Amino acid sequence: MKLTEEEVRYVADLANLELSAAEIARMAKDLDSILTHIDKLNKLDVSQVEPMAQVLYEAEETATLSADVAGPTYDSATATSNAPLAGGGFFKVPKVIER
Amino acid sequence: MDIPKLTIPEIQKGLRTRQFSAVELAGEALRFAQAENPKTNAYLIFSEERAQAAARRVDEQLARGEEPGPLAGVPAAVKDVIVTKGLRTTCGSRLLEHFIPPYDATAVTRLEQAGGVIIGKTNCDEFAMGSSNENSAYGPVRNPAALDRVPGGSSGGSAAVVAQGTAVVSLGSDTGGSIRQPASFCGAVGVTPTYGRVSRYGLVAFASSLDHIGPFSRTVHESALLLNTIAGRDPLDATSAFAPVPDYRESLDQGVRGLRIGLPKEYFAGLASDSGGQIHKGIELLKKLGCEFAEVSLPHTEYAVPCYYIICTAEASSNLARYDGIRYTMRSKNATTLSEAYRKTRGEGFGAECKRRIMLGTYVLSAGYYDAYYLKAQRVRALIAQDFRNVFQNVDALITPVSPFPAFKLGEKLDDPLQMYLSDIYTITGDLAGVPCMSVPCGKTSEGLPVGMQILTKHFDEPGMFRVAAAFERAGGFEV
Repeated sequence: MKLTEEEVRYVADLANLELSAAEIARMAKDLDSILTHIDKLNKLDVSQVEPMAQVLYEAEETATLSADVAGPTYDSATATSNAPLAGGGFFKVPKVIER
Repeated sequence: MDIPKLTIPEIQKGLRTRQFSAVELAGEALRFAQAENPKTNAYLIFSEERAQAAARRVDEQLARGEEPGPLAGVPAAVKDVIVTKGLRTTCGSRLLEHFIPPYDATAVTRLEQAGGVIIGKTNCDEFAMGSSNENSAYGPVRNPAALDRVPGGSSGGSAAVVAQGTAVVSLGSDTGGSIRQPASFCGAVGVTPTYGRVSRYGLVAFASSLDHIGPFSRTVHESALLLNTIAGRDPLDATSAFAPVPDYRESLDQGVRGLRIGLPKEYFAGLASDSGGQIHKGIELLKKLGCEFAEVSLPHTEYAVPCYYIICTAEASSNLARYDGIRYTMRSKNATTLSEAYRKTRGEGFGAECKRRIMLGTYVLSAGYYDAYYLKAQRVRALIAQDFRNVFQNVDALITPVSPFPAFKLGEKLDDPLQMYLSDIYTITGDLAGVPCMSVPCGKTSEGLPVGMQILTKHFDEPGMFRVAAAFERAGGFEV
C-alpha cells in the first residue's frame, strides 16, 4: 500500500475533513490505486522541462492590473447573507480561544 | 411552436413577425421543460420569475422598435456551478443547498444582455467533479437518448436539456471534458473554447488552470452564436484573454476543401469498436468534402490522465477550502468548536468524489510530496502542451473520438474511480493544453447510442474549429 490508514487520517486532518472509519478504509484503497497509476509519470525524465504554471498569457505583464479606483462593493448585510450564522454585519463563529 | 425542436433563427423570425411574444414563448418553454423534467432530472431549479422578466424586456424592446439582441427570447439553461444573482446555485452539492449568490456570472450577464431567457439551472456532478453526473447530491441525470444510461458529466444536465429539447441552448463548464463528453453521450454540440476565451467570473472554481465555460446546442450555428455573446475580455476575470473576438458565424460557410486534418494515433488505440466505427465514418465523410488527412502523434498522451488528476485535485483541494461552515449556508449541527465546525461541516457536506479529490489534492501538495507530484505534473503538462504546438505546425485541425465508449448504464462504473478517470483520456489533453475543442454528433452505435466526434484546433482558432464542424453538419455528419 502506498498510503496507510494512519497517513489517510493525517491528510484528512490537513484538509479539515472529518472521515468515518469506513470512509478512511475506502479512501486508502481508492487513493492507493490512483497513486499507483500516477507512478507512471516516473517513466519520464522531466528535470530539464520548465513547469507550466501559466496556461496562456499573450499580454504584457501589467495588462491585467486595474486602476486604483474604488468601485461598488457589497454592504456587510449582503456579504454575510449566506452565512449559517451572522449578526451585526459579522460572520459568527464558535469560540476560537478556549480558556 | 414545436418547442423541443425550436431553433434560434425560427425564434428570431417568430418574434419579429409577431407570431408569438417572448413572454408567450418563455411560458410555453417552461411548461414543456417542467412537464418533461421528471424523465431526466436534468433541471434542478426553474426560474419562472427571472425568465418572465427577461422575456418582458425583449417584448418591450421589440414594441419600441429596438433591437433586443441575437439571442432574443431564446430559452436557455445554465449549469448550476455558474452563479445567478438571487437564484439558488447549488453546485450539485448538499453544502450549497440554500446558497443564493449576490451576483451574476459574466457569461450569464452577457447571455441576458443578448436577449437570452434563462429558464432554469441544470443538474451536474458535485462541484463539476465527475464523468457521469452520478455525483450530484440531487440524484443523477438520465440520458434522454436512453433513460437507463448516464448523460455523461459533469455538465450532464446542460447536455440533456438541449438533447431533450427542454432548452434551445445551455451553458456548461469543462475542466477535463465536462462539456464535450456529455455532449457526445447525449447527441448535442458542446464547445470548450480556448482557455481564457470566456470569462470565468461567477463560475464556482474547481481547478482554476483548467476551468472553462462553454455552450451546448443542437446545431453548430447556435453554439457559434452563443460563444459570440459570452466570449471576450472581462476585467472581473484577470485570466480572460485580450484577443479580439471574431464573429464565429463568418467561418461557418467557408467549407473545408484542402484543410489538413491530423489523426493522432494515440487516440485510436483501445477504442470501443462501435464508437470507433462511427468516428471512421465521420472521417470518410470529411475526406469526401475535400479534407486531407494525415496520421500524427501526440507522444505524451499516455501521461495525460496522471498529470491531470494531480493538477486538478491539487487546485480543487485549495479552491474547496472555502467551504468551511462559516460563509456558505451550511454548518454542522454537531460542531461546538471552530475546528469542529470546519471538519464536521466538510465531512457531512461533501460527497464521496469531492472528498476523494480533496484528499488526493491535499496529499500531492503536502510537505515532502510537492516536487514529486505537483511540480512534476506541471512539467509533464508543458510537454503535453508542446505536443499540440508541434502538431499544429503541420495540420489545421485534429479529429479524435470524445470518449472510448458511448453512454454507459447508471451505476455501472460507480465503484471504480480509477476506471472512471481513465475514460477522460481523449478530453483532458485539450484542457491541459488550453486549446479550443468541441464535440459534434457523429451518428449512433448499433444500440442507438449517440457518438461524438472531437475537433481540436490551435489556441484562439475557434473559427477553424467551427468551420470543420459546420461543414460536417451540412453534409449530414450528425446522422452519419
